[in-house]
Amino acid sequence: MNVLLDHLPEFRDGFLGTLAITAASAVLALVLGVLIAGFRVSPVPPLRAFGTAWVTVLRNTPLTLLFLVAFFVVPQILFPGTSPFVLATLALGFYTSSFVCEAVRSGISTVPVGQAEAARSIGMTFAQTLRLIILPQATRTVLPPLSSIFIALTKNSAIAGAFSVAELFSVSKLLSDQGFAIAWIFLWIALAYLVITFAISGAFRFLEHRMGVAR
Amino acid sequence: MSEVSVTKNAQGPAPAGDQLVVLDNVNKHFGALHVLQDIDLTIHRGEVVVVIGPSGSGKSTLCRTINRLETIDTGSISIDGKPLPQEGRELARLRADVGMVFQSFNLFAHKTVLENVMLGQTKVRKADKTAAAEKARTLLDRVGVGTQADKYPAQLSGGQQQRVAIARALAMDPKVMLFDEPTSALDPEMINEVLEVMQQLARDGMTMVVVTHEMGFARSAANRVVFMADGRIVEEAEPNQFFNNPRSDRAKDFLSKILHH
Ligand SMILES: Nc1ncnc2c1ncn2[C@@H]1O[C@H](COP(=O)(O)OP(=O)(O)OP(=O)(O)O)[C@@H](O)[C@H]1O
Ligand SMILES: [Mg+2]
Repeated sequence: MNVLLDHLPEFRDGFLGTLAITAASAVLALVLGVLIAGFRVSPVPPLRAFGTAWVTVLRNTPLTLLFLVAFFVVPQILFPGTSPFVLATLALGFYTSSFVCEAVRSGISTVPVGQAEAARSIGMTFAQTLRLIILPQATRTVLPPLSSIFIALTKNSAIAGAFSVAELFSVSKLLSDQGFAIAWIFLWIALAYLVITFAISGAFRFLEHRMGVAR
Repeated sequence: MSEVSVTKNAQGPAPAGDQLVVLDNVNKHFGALHVLQDIDLTIHRGEVVVVIGPSGSGKSTLCRTINRLETIDTGSISIDGKPLPQEGRELARLRADVGMVFQSFNLFAHKTVLENVMLGQTKVRKADKTAAAEKARTLLDRVGVGTQADKYPAQLSGGQQQRVAIARALAMDPKVMLFDEPTSALDPEMINEVLEVMQQLARDGMTMVVVTHEMGFARSAANRVVFMADGRIVEEAEPNQFFNNPRSDRAKDFLSKILHH
């Protein structure tokens, strides 16, 4: 019971660590996911092929494998000395972007084709059509799956703990190694994750509600 | 100089001015289906061409190839002397000069009526917001929906939506307007309000290609009727000539069916 009070700074750092890596990879996943979804519906065949390959590879690779690649291959070949936080963000962000991409793409397909045809017929480019006409109308259908994807991302961030990134899960490991009762540690850790995931679903419910009344 | 202005002032119901849209030996397939077969069609500036024909004859496809919403297999299409470019920025620029009105209106559902008419001006023509809004309001007044400017499309009747769609196309100052069955999705009492707007456009000298089943409109506004069947242009004639004295059997057959109900 006292493990939380005695080690409040560790728990706090772990919590902030999880929060930081979740937020950073969520932003990365969102940007990449929307971009790749744009590639996948674009009229340019090489872009479409790239988008398909991106999703196929990242969505079907175990996340732990991606972490191994990020931590042991990327620094060796490309960027030696990259911080664990950045590497973990890349692994999580890339992995999650493939799921975001597919959610966005299914949202795009719910927008009637006539909308895009009308946009193109007044002279909008493909990028303008997507950004100004299609994506805004796809957003509402994309929000619920996106919420689940980000909750999964939060929990997946625990893997980063095993790769020497300071976050909640690594705190649990640290403390249980010191001999504290594991049940209590897990309870507090689980509660901390719940705080984050509840906040995410709350935020998305709020967004959905707002988009509902906006029209 | 003076010679040019003399020819420009030539009056008459069927302007024989310069060629604005030229389709030359156009062919298109949808898989095994040969939807457009050896289509030659020239539309002059200021001309109103009505395209009629049985369902599935390729009228919509023809209309949509003109702004390259559908690509063609062989042949060529040019607008105001320029061949249609490949998909990309240049095509987008050319499309801005070709207004299109769809059967299902296709107003941007997440934008107000005013924004619908402003968007092309600000994003494509890079006009400033105030000027775009002013022009949009003028056009909305002209098509009789000025009071609906701040509503969303879903709050309007079909006839009102279609008139907004016409205003949206006009806001780009198009050289030619394409209409693909603009009144077919409308309740009967709303058809006339849209046709009147189109009549007025025709009187104002807009170049128009209109796919329609409204024979009254064809008779009164068209300079020329193009009759299509099975992917071919079977007959082209002035409206009176076509409706009173169709030459082809296909046209006679078609007219006897539609004019009897
Ligand atoms: N995207 C498409 N893919 C495959 N076939 C198509 C496609 N669009 C149209 N077709 C077919 O091409 C033919 C011509 O279609 P089109 O829409 O041009 O006819 P239409 O003359 O406009 O008919 P309607 O009066 O019913 O609108 C039809 O047989 C139609 O089924
Ligand atoms: Mg049609």
